[in-house]
Amino acid sequence: MEYSEKVMEHFVNPHNVGKLEDADGIGEVGNAKCGDIMKMYLKIENDIITDVKFNTYGCASAIATSSIATDMIKGQPLSEALKLTNKAVVEALDGLPAVKIHCSVLAEQAIKAAVKDYYDKNGIEYNKADFEFEDHHH
Amino acid sequence: MKVYADNAATTKISKIALDAMMPCFLETYGNPSSLHSVGQDAFHAVRDARNTIAKCINADPNDVYFSSGGSESDNWAIKGAAYLMAKKGKKHIISSKFEHHAVLHTLNVLEKEGFEITLLDVYENGLVRVEDVKNAIKEDTALVTIMFANNEIGTVQPIREIGAVCREKGVLFHTDAVQAVGHVPVDVVADNIDMMSFSGHKFHGPKGVGGLYCKKGIRLPNLIEGGAQERNRRAGTENVPAIVGMAAALKDACDHMEENTKKLVKMREQLIEGILKIERSRINGDREHRLPGNVSACFEGVEGESLLLYLDIMGISASSGSACTSGSLDPSHVLLSIGLPHEIAHGSLRLSLCEDNTPEEMEYIIEQLPPIINRLRDMSPLWEKIQKEGK
Repeated sequence: MEYSEKVMEHFVNPHNVGKLEDADGIGEVGNAKCGDIMKMYLKIENDIITDVKFNTYGCASAIATSSIATDMIKGQPLSEALKLTNKAVVEALDGLPAVKIHCSVLAEQAIKAAVKDYYDKNGIEYNKADFEFEDHHH
Repeated sequence: MKVYADNAATTKISKIALDAMMPCFLETYGNPSSLHSVGQDAFHAVRDARNTIAKCINADPNDVYFSSGGSESDNWAIKGAAYLMAKKGKKHIISSKFEHHAVLHTLNVLEKEGFEITLLDVYENGLVRVEDVKNAIKEDTALVTIMFANNEIGTVQPIREIGAVCREKGVLFHTDAVQAVGHVPVDVVADNIDMMSFSGHKFHGPKGVGGLYCKKGIRLPNLIEGGAQERNRRAGTENVPAIVGMAAALKDACDHMEENTKKLVKMREQLIEGILKIERSRINGDREHRLPGNVSACFEGVEGESLLLYLDIMGISASSGSACTSGSLDPSHVLLSIGLPHEIAHGSLRLSLCEDNTPEEMEYIIEQLPPIINRLRDMSPLWEKIQKEGK
């Protein structure tokens, strides 16, 4: 198993680490038993993600995918952020080892979970099917 | 500073072993099966190596067979003993939950072939209980295979007592001693061992070579066919340089075992003391019955792979039993076998020392660990939960 330089870059110096105390949407996915938890904090103004922070418990690829995924949605409208796929995250990292692909799925789900939280809190209607995802591990 | 603390994975070859090997490439390069003098020189080199190794483990040289390493020896001994005893209607094998995969996967294969496998508990301290072995032995028990020392948590098993029970009950006893040979005293006679696997690269010998001790009278079927090498028991031209290097390394390890142990235990305890100062940390496995150079720890709220990669950046080579390093979603079976919950087992770190390490290096590790762990905990939602719940 080998990590790309890009993965190591984002693991060693991850971007957007931290919490947002006044977050408009918070999404947490994964669980301790499986060894990774990702928590995303979004600040949203006029449907634009103005700020994003994450906290992640997990391996190097979990941290790296959190870092790059937050970069990719920062400043984006919600509609664009929701289009972010795990595949795009993997590509942006110049690839992930096969056993680590689930980390990129977590990143995609964490963003969706945070947006859903924002919608729920603000009574914004959405298509529930777009936010249904199975636990990536089982 | 560069600190290599992963000696349970593999060791640097010793100068003594390397010096012993070099002439085998350039001068004694003959095939030991050849009758000419070049071949005979190689034959003698292998014979001398066998004698040396036999002496180190108190075996008859005729009972020492060379192989490609620990995994082959485990496969050979366990499959061989199983098939041998199955002819007598004995198809039950006893082992433990935290054996190396070379043993456990071999047992899985045998189970599919119709053998009955009993895996004994190793309890919280990582030790097999002799009573459990005694109680598990049945009329049709073919083999007991218990590792000498665990590769992850370093616990040293009551091998002599287990061997005595097997002798008393007339059951074959194999031990995977890959982590023990060259590190703790091993005496196949006094320890009541029938078969024992060992590996060269765990004690500063070369990789790709190991051996099996198999007591006279146990006619294991061959694993590898094709030639008369190893007294018709293991085919393949002998890896002369590796065999010679392994023998030199083992002799050196055994000659200096007492002083090395003293030095290692001191560094091990220094490291453990430093680690236990870190909040919510623990040492895995029995503190007393333990390999002199093994430190196995868990840190709550952090994940092992991240920890070991940050350590690597600081020049420290270690290993972890987290799921992410095992290539599966489950953490190491060894850590689960001693009752650790998944979320704690994911935060494991193994530091395995050798006599080349120094107290200054231990100090460096103790300095480097807290900031790395704090950094990971600061971004860990799990740590946040642990702090909130305070349990």
